[in-house]
Amino acid sequence: MAALPSIIETTQSAGRQPLLAVREVGKLFGPDKGCQNVSFDLYPGEVLGIVGESGSGKSTLLSVLSGRSQPQEGNITYCNKQGELIDLYSSSEAERRTLLRTEWGFVEQNPRDGLRMGVSAGANIGERLMAQGVRHYGTLREQGLSWLNQVEIDPNRIDDLPRTFSGGMQQRLQIARNLVSSPRLVFMDEPTGGLDVSVQARLLDMLRRLVRELDLAVVIVTHDLAVARLLADRLMVMRRSRVVESGLTDQILDDPQHPYTQLLVSSVLQP
Amino acid sequence: MISSLENQNRPARAEGYNFAYLDEQTKRMIRRGLLKAVAIPGYQVPFGGREMPLPYGWGTGGIQVTAAVLGEDDVLKVIDQGADDTTNAVSIRRFFSTTAGVQTTERTGEATIIQTRHRIPEAELKKGQIMVFQVPIPEPLRFIEPSETETKTMHALNDYGVMHVKLYEDIAKYGHIATAYAYPVLVDDRYVMDPSPIPKFDNPKLDMSPALMLFGAGREKRLYAVPPYTRVSSLDFDDHPFEVQKWEQSCAICGSDHSYLDEIIVDDQGTRQFVCSDTDYCSQQVARQEKQ
Repeated sequence: MAALPSIIETTQSAGRQPLLAVREVGKLFGPDKGCQNVSFDLYPGEVLGIVGESGSGKSTLLSVLSGRSQPQEGNITYCNKQGELIDLYSSSEAERRTLLRTEWGFVEQNPRDGLRMGVSAGANIGERLMAQGVRHYGTLREQGLSWLNQVEIDPNRIDDLPRTFSGGMQQRLQIARNLVSSPRLVFMDEPTGGLDVSVQARLLDMLRRLVRELDLAVVIVTHDLAVARLLADRLMVMRRSRVVESGLTDQILDDPQHPYTQLLVSSVLQP
Repeated sequence: MISSLENQNRPARAEGYNFAYLDEQTKRMIRRGLLKAVAIPGYQVPFGGREMPLPYGWGTGGIQVTAAVLGEDDVLKVIDQGADDTTNAVSIRRFFSTTAGVQTTERTGEATIIQTRHRIPEAELKKGQIMVFQVPIPEPLRFIEPSETETKTMHALNDYGVMHVKLYEDIAKYGHIATAYAYPVLVDDRYVMDPSPIPKFDNPKLDMSPALMLFGAGREKRLYAVPPYTRVSSLDFDDHPFEVQKWEQSCAICGSDHSYLDEIIVDDQGTRQFVCSDTDYCSQQVARQEKQ
């Protein structure tokens, strides 16, 4: 299976500097286990969906992209707020960490992995700000209340522990915790996994609103094509560690070219 | 079984033990660790902690540090909760007077080495004195980050945002920073350090102290140090600055109104009294008043 050319210039973003430039990235745990030969550009404000079946390498790719695990080959360049290009894996771990907690966000599939369950919602939201050196309690409090509002959680619950929250609320809290530092790029690993359908819909609505309002670039991993259609501008379809098809979301979902994508699209139940 | 007295002032040293109980190789190993700890203020140095003839939590770390730095001419003071006459203080003092034959004292000013748990003496420390702290949990980040590799990375990368999460939680819950002991400090603008379970009342005494502060954690097998004249600042928020405890009462024995007070119930009716936690300081205050 030859890798398809997966670098696309979308008309809306042509001429701008890509936020994230990924070239020939690969990390394999065995033959066709992991991800290989992945290249794409992500522009500011763009939402890229990565879809594929379990074990196709989506999550591996996401952890490589987000600076959490070193790829075996290829390189990833990020353009920061100052317009400097940073080669992700040749910079120091300290720089990567700083990036991860300032300009980036990571929303885990399981909110318990992304939240500090032992401290209150307000502290969870404030942590990134404190790590950035905010030393004013009043400011932290204000930010906490305003973000709870933004993610549609009752501000009265600011001092409650996340474990007293429902699954959907925990996920929204995790999103608030990531967005408080005004990141430019957010990675999401199945953010709606494990939530029931009505809660999913509400979360997706909220995500869509936040993405538009804050002009976020997002890389979202999902196996749910409905989520992809709602959120993503562009899609990458992965199978057995390779990207088999990529392009505009509507284009891929309405006119799939690759046999696997055709199978994937046709397997969605039509009401 | 008791060796003859070389010096009239020193107690006899029991035979059969090496000087100060530990063997010379072990003491050298601990001293090497201490040198590294002094060279990197606030940094936790691992060391090969030995089994000591007392349980963990009773001061095994402190005893090993004391044994490693103790010399024949040293004068040792041991306090527990500020008091010279509590079980632990008495036992450790006797341990060293038996195994090392060193002179012991209850006077802060006369001691060259002071082993302590929970307190720094009220009397000002002098140049040349060594404080030895018994530390239960040396890692200030442990309460929020259970992984040792992760806390090590956080120290290495100066990634201390979570320290303020705890203080934030205090204010959110109680309206003020309620951490009263083991209050985290920043040493020499670099490492965040747990000053052992001393009350935050004693934190300012660590800052620019002329004495050498050594910390030993026996169970966790870590050493760390604050060299003399090192800046030690307590973490806080701009709008909730660091404050030490204050009492409305003054000491019922010596009348001191600026020392650390213990609240004591004195009878079955629940009558309460506040007295100095530092017994040596208290008795010296009383002696001075009697003279006047």
